[in-house]
Amino acid sequence: MKARLAASVAPLLLFTGCAGHQQSAIDPAGPQAEHIGMLWWVFFSVLGIIFIAVMAFTLLSLMRGDREIEQEPHEAKEKKLTRIVAGVTIGTVVTLFLLLVSSIVTGKAVSELSQKNGMVIEVTGNQWWWYVRYQNDDPTKIVVTANEIHIPVGRPVMIRGTSNDVIHSFWVPNLHGKRDLIPSRVTTEWIQADKPGIYRGQCAEFCGLQHALMALWVIAEPQNKFNAWMKEQLEPAADPTDPDKERGQQVFLNNACVFCHAIRGTTAAAEIGPDLTHFGSRRSIAAGTLPNTKGNLGGWISDPQGVKPGNHMATIAVNPNELEPLLNYIESLK
Amino acid sequence: MACLRSIERGCCVRTVWCIFGLVLLTSCQREHRDIRPSPTQLALFGDAARESPLRPGGPVLPQAVVTNPYTGSAYDIAEGQRLYEWYNCSGCHFKGGGGIGPPLIKTDWIYGGEPENLFDTIVKGRPNGMPSWGGRIPAYQIWQIIAFIRSMNGMQPTSATASRGDTIETNPQNLVNRTSGATK
Repeated sequence: MKARLAASVAPLLLFTGCAGHQQSAIDPAGPQAEHIGMLWWVFFSVLGIIFIAVMAFTLLSLMRGDREIEQEPHEAKEKKLTRIVAGVTIGTVVTLFLLLVSSIVTGKAVSELSQKNGMVIEVTGNQWWWYVRYQNDDPTKIVVTANEIHIPVGRPVMIRGTSNDVIHSFWVPNLHGKRDLIPSRVTTEWIQADKPGIYRGQCAEFCGLQHALMALWVIAEPQNKFNAWMKEQLEPAADPTDPDKERGQQVFLNNACVFCHAIRGTTAAAEIGPDLTHFGSRRSIAAGTLPNTKGNLGGWISDPQGVKPGNHMATIAVNPNELEPLLNYIESLK
Repeated sequence: MACLRSIERGCCVRTVWCIFGLVLLTSCQREHRDIRPSPTQLALFGDAARESPLRPGGPVLPQAVVTNPYTGSAYDIAEGQRLYEWYNCSGCHFKGGGGIGPPLIKTDWIYGGEPENLFDTIVKGRPNGMPSWGGRIPAYQIWQIIAFIRSMNGMQPTSATASRGDTIETNPQNLVNRTSGATK
């Protein structure tokens, strides 16, 4: 009995872990996520009550057995059963209809975000990382980054999504629902964060070997902090400050790195892999796979297929005495 | 007695199905993907990669046989197809038909069309525009690109080649197979 009680309490305890989480649809940080979270609770409570009621009646009928029913006269029994079945049928239809209405109302509310003062961010899905580009009418103010989206708090942001290879899905549960990124098509989604914070997103459409390791971070911060970040991102990469980092830059520019990556301010300008101009300022390596530390970066560069098998980063032979300066250089790109 | 026999028969049928199911499992083996290749240093094929069959002097020694490790591997041909675009081979050779650079769908190669010749060409570069990729991209990727180039010439098993390109254009391998099928 004790074991059974514990077993039934344990799943309930799991729910307490949902609060304050970086990736949770029921811990909303924006207006749309609030609507979706609300709908989730409506469904959860209505369906929960129905589930408990059904279980209770099943238990009741099991315990009661046939005896009592058989004592009743046939006609009265028939009438009673008809009434019960009709009542429950109507109740089911009404419940389903109300759930449908609440779902439609939520859908409408989610699409009705005020778009005043909005900004546009292009997000392109790749196997297995996110290309991020801040649109601006002034081409000198376009910021390109990867796997990390900074947004100002309280300001609506349009995500214009597309894909370079297969179908991906952009999903930051704390801010909004899922939106598929489809090759050669553009899909849009408005998001808004009302609380500053760091929210984790995840590709929500199976996209190949490393679908599970395709995450992104959305960092919501006050407008002035966001502006400062934007200003930093617009700068070209920091020049190497000492001979060691200078050597690292040469290693980067003379290896296969330059065929896929860009570092603005140098001759590296390829757009196949993530832009590394301000790599050192990002939280993670390889789309949320590892925290951005020098050690992790070393492991990633020397054996990318060991960290994230099947990804498109080439395994190159870097000389051990060249790796150290290379790491120092890349990590210095704040 | 009859009842017992029918039970036995049911048992027998079930056993046959079980064996059938187990046999099916043996076919589950999928193509091996070498997704963690070692970034070996580049080696040129000096003797193997001769471009001329004419040789001065004494008897001709048998040539060393060089095989592309990725021949017939669908995964690596597809990777080669992707890299062909990524490393901008298509910038000069287009989709194999040539443009700025010579075509890659042909039989008369200037510097030889065998895998080892292609490897040398990519690593060393060639006069009049072909850049030298040696030391820039790892050897396994060069082999993948060669596997793809060979597939454009119908030199790879059809079962291993992509049925279509990564973009909207038709895969040349498809064209080759279709036309050769039509003429036969």
